[in-house]
Amino acid sequence: MKSLRYLEGVATLVLDREKCVGCEACTVVCPHGVFVMAGRKAEIVDRDGCMECGACATNCPVSAISVTPGVGCASYIIQAWIKGRENAECVNC
Amino acid sequence: MLLDMPAPCFYRIPVMNIPDKLNKDAGPCCPAPEKSAGATGLPGLTILPLASGPAGSGCCDSEKDQPCCGPPPAPPSSPHERPGYILCTFVEDFVDTAMGPVPIVSTSLDGSDRFGTFKTRLNIGRGNYKVAPGLYGVGHPGPESPVIVTANYKLTFDAVRSELRGVDGWILVLDTRGINVWCAAGKGTLSTSELVLRVKKTGLDRIVNHRRLLLPQLGATGIAGHRLRKECGFEPVWGPIRAGDIKEFLARGMKGDEKMRRVTFSVAERAVLVPVEISLVLKPSLWVLLCVFLLSGFGPGVFSLSALWQRGVVAVLAYGAGIGAGAVLVPVLLPWLPGRAFFIKGIFSGLAVGGSMVYFFNREAGAVANTALVLLALAVSSYAAMNFTGATPYTSPTGVEKEMRLGIPIQIIATLAAAVLWVWSAFLN
Repeated sequence: MKSLRYLEGVATLVLDREKCVGCEACTVVCPHGVFVMAGRKAEIVDRDGCMECGACATNCPVSAISVTPGVGCASYIIQAWIKGRENAECVNC
Repeated sequence: MLLDMPAPCFYRIPVMNIPDKLNKDAGPCCPAPEKSAGATGLPGLTILPLASGPAGSGCCDSEKDQPCCGPPPAPPSSPHERPGYILCTFVEDFVDTAMGPVPIVSTSLDGSDRFGTFKTRLNIGRGNYKVAPGLYGVGHPGPESPVIVTANYKLTFDAVRSELRGVDGWILVLDTRGINVWCAAGKGTLSTSELVLRVKKTGLDRIVNHRRLLLPQLGATGIAGHRLRKECGFEPVWGPIRAGDIKEFLARGMKGDEKMRRVTFSVAERAVLVPVEISLVLKPSLWVLLCVFLLSGFGPGVFSLSALWQRGVVAVLAYGAGIGAGAVLVPVLLPWLPGRAFFIKGIFSGLAVGGSMVYFFNREAGAVANTALVLLALAVSSYAAMNFTGATPYTSPTGVEKEMRLGIPIQIIATLAAAVLWVWSAFLN
């Protein structure tokens, strides 16, 4: 999404190109077009577009992608601060 | 003798030709069975709630089997009805398969669907708006028809089926606990294991000859495509994000383009979320308003009820302005408000709305009181805007946490300053 951009330089997304087997799954499932194929391996072209949903990491068959997935929601994070991440629940979505 | 007869009484009308509409006019002594019921059980059927009023009470119970009051009896039961269940209104028919009858659902939404959507958008019963998980069909599905996977949130289910007019296909509804695809994938209720379980439970491999599942792209957070083949024998095909693109995706031979694969967050998509945002901010408002009124009562006369009322109303209006700025203006004007962090967008909109409110309607109250009011509006707006991050498809949790570490202290300071200035301003006049 080019019209709406969030904070820069915060996404925890990491791709290990050594491990990548070029299955292209991440380029398909990412809703923000963060990955493209560069030759036979995937490459991150828009890290700041990442919303850390974790779709790429879940669908990488060789675990070449890591990201701290979570709910980008203020009320959830407030709960996580107060009750701890294990007990926080997303009540609004 | 006449007095014993419930009036008005008509003679029996043949059952066959009675339009369904007439039954809704059933008189007071022959109540129609209640239609509301909880979802679960079988696809297309809803479990009847227990004890929905005494069955067959009233005058219809009387010795004679004749309808004693005006309206004619309901038409005979559908052969698909089962004891303990009622047919869902969106089910048109049933198709026989190797695994038994599968409900065929309508591709158009009726009044009750629209009313349900309306209520859900207002956050009424949103947490329990679901259909029974399992297999459904649209059109005339057969062994080669595509299988479209979706969530059992009824808003999602309705969005999918209403976009499938003219398509012959299966809809495999997962038990996401009444949560939409993306949120359910994030929460883990839409998962590889739930999908595998549902494929096995419905006996899908005996109903279709192919081995492909059309998955919603936004479900990829919860479903690991590469595990499917091993665990249930089906291959994943990542379908489009929007239900509206499914038809085109199928027509192109299960191929999508860039446009189908990118989330959008248009003005319309944002505006429809506003009522729920307002309802979420209003929940804690009772306590806030109580504090606002109490603070408004303090003044030179120690505590005055008339001040509590007069100044309290003004402060509540400022609070309302903050909610309007944060929960309505920020979602609608999102791309045009300055800043990327939502709490900053909220500060700007709160400043604008609160500022114009005091400038146009409350100038005589003085600078101190009006600064307090603007600060209150700004803090509330900033908080409400920050909460909107949870409803967007582009904010990362790391980013939200980062802006909250800065935003929440600012909101607290603004609120405290507003309270101090507000009480102080009462002593100035």
